[in-house]
Amino acid sequence: MSPEISRREFLCVVAGCAAAAAAGGCSDVTHTPYFRDNFRDLSKDEVAALVADLERDLSAKYGKDVEVSAQGPRAGVQFAYALDISRCIGCRRCVYGCVEENNQSRDPQVHWIRVLEMDKERGIDFHEANPYYDAETVPRPGHFYLPVACQQCENPPCVKSCPVGATWRDDDGIVVIDYDWCIGCRCCVSACPYGARRFNWGEPTLPAEEMNPKVHVLGNRPRQKGCVEKCTFCVHRVREGRYPRCVEVCPTGARKFGNLLDPSSEIRYVLEHKRVVVLKNELNTRPRFFYFFG
Amino acid sequence: MTSPRPAARPLAPTALVALVVALATTGCGEPAVHAPLPQAPAADGAAVVPVDEMKFEVPPPPFSSPDVFPCSECHDAELPPNPKRRALTMAHEDVVLHHDEEHRWCLDCHDAQDRDMLRLANGTLVRFEESYRLCGQCHGDKYRDWRAGVHGRRTGSWDGPKQYLLCVHCHNSHAPRFKPIPPRPAPVRPGSIR
Repeated sequence: MSPEISRREFLCVVAGCAAAAAAGGCSDVTHTPYFRDNFRDLSKDEVAALVADLERDLSAKYGKDVEVSAQGPRAGVQFAYALDISRCIGCRRCVYGCVEENNQSRDPQVHWIRVLEMDKERGIDFHEANPYYDAETVPRPGHFYLPVACQQCENPPCVKSCPVGATWRDDDGIVVIDYDWCIGCRCCVSACPYGARRFNWGEPTLPAEEMNPKVHVLGNRPRQKGCVEKCTFCVHRVREGRYPRCVEVCPTGARKFGNLLDPSSEIRYVLEHKRVVVLKNELNTRPRFFYFFG
Repeated sequence: MTSPRPAARPLAPTALVALVVALATTGCGEPAVHAPLPQAPAADGAAVVPVDEMKFEVPPPPFSSPDVFPCSECHDAELPPNPKRRALTMAHEDVVLHHDEEHRWCLDCHDAQDRDMLRLANGTLVRFEESYRLCGQCHGDKYRDWRAGVHGRRTGSWDGPKQYLLCVHCHNSHAPRFKPIPPRPAPVRPGSIR
C-alpha cells in the first residue's frame, strides 16, 4: 500500500491548518460538524452557534426557511407511549407519516416504524412475524398487527453499547443521538433487542419539496451517510407540547402518548385501566412503550 | 353553583369544571371546553359535572350529504312519522342498518317528533353534536375510554387542548364496524436496498 501522502504529512497539514485557523481568530472551524464537541458538552453559546449554522446550511440546501430547535427536556415530564394492539389494523399510515415528519431518507429507504403482521393463533411471535405483508385491504383475517419503533427504554442497551457516547437518554426519557458524534460503528444497532435503530448505508435522499422545515438538532434534522437514527417520539413536537405525528395520523386512534407524571394523562389512564404488556420484558430494558388491549 | 373563574387560568381543572357547569346550566351554545376525565371533587368544593352533562368540542357531524340537515326540511307536518318497522323506500335507501338490527330501529335513536334531534332511552333529546351521549348508553365502556382520550383519535397537545371526534366520524352509526382499508406499501426488503 503506497498512499499519496503519508500519515505524518497528513497530520502535519491538519495541525498546521488548525493552528493557522486558531491564530487567525477564525472560530468558524469549531462549529463544523467535524470539529465541534459532543452535543452534551456544548455550552449555551455553542449550541446557539450550532443552531445558527444548521439553519443557514439547511435553508441553503433545501431552499426554504428551516427552523432548527435545540429545546431540551422539560422538568416534571416523563414521556411514555401506549399502543392499542386490538385497534391497530396494519395500514402503515404511521410509517409514512413518520417518514414525512422526520425527514427520513426516501432512497435508500429508511423507516423508523416497522409494522409486524402476526398470526392470531400464534400470538406475539417475532420469529414468525412478517413486516412485508401486502394486501388489498387490511386487517387481513386471522392476523393482528404490532408496530415496533424505538421503545425508549429506561435501561437502554443501545446507550450502553455506544463506544463514543453519541447516544444517551435525556431527562424526559427520550433516547437521542448526536448524529455528528456518531461514528457509524453500529454497535447500538446490534445491541437493540427491538431492531429499532436504522443505519444510513448510503447518502440519504430527501426531495427539497418534501423536507419538513421544522427540525430538532437531536431529532428530525436531515442525517448524513454513515450515522444511525431512530424514533425520538418526534422530539421537535413533543417538547413543544404537541402529539407525535404517528399519534395524529393513526386512523383508528390506536396510538396514545403523554406524560407519565401527570395523573390525568391518557397514558396513566391506560396503565391504570388496561391490560398492558411491554416487549421482551425479560431483558430488563424497561421500555417506555406499552402495548395494551383496549 | 360556582361561577366561572376568570380566564387567566384556563387549564386549571377547577376552573374547567366550573366553566363546564356554567355552560351546561346556562345553555350557552358554545361547548368549546375540553373537559378532562377527573371526577373527584375539586379542592375548593366546586361541583362535579355529571358524566351525561360533560361537553366536548367536536367537528360538525358527518352527515351523508350537506343538504340532508336539518331533517325537518322534509320531515315536516305533511310527512307524519310512520312508526312501523319497514325497509325505507321513499328516501334514505342508502341506510341499511347493521347495528343490532334485530332489536334496533330508526326511532330508537331518532326522535319521532323533533327530527332534528336524537333521543336517549330516557326521553332526553340531544343534538347531533352530542351524539356520543346516545352511543354511550349502550357502549358505556367505550364512552368512558373516549372521554379519557383513550378510545378514538386525538390531535392537539398532550398537555393542553385536544381535538375530539364524534363516534360517528369513524363509525357509520348505521353500520358501525370499522371498514378495512388499503395499506400503504410494504417496506423494501434489505436485499433490495442499493
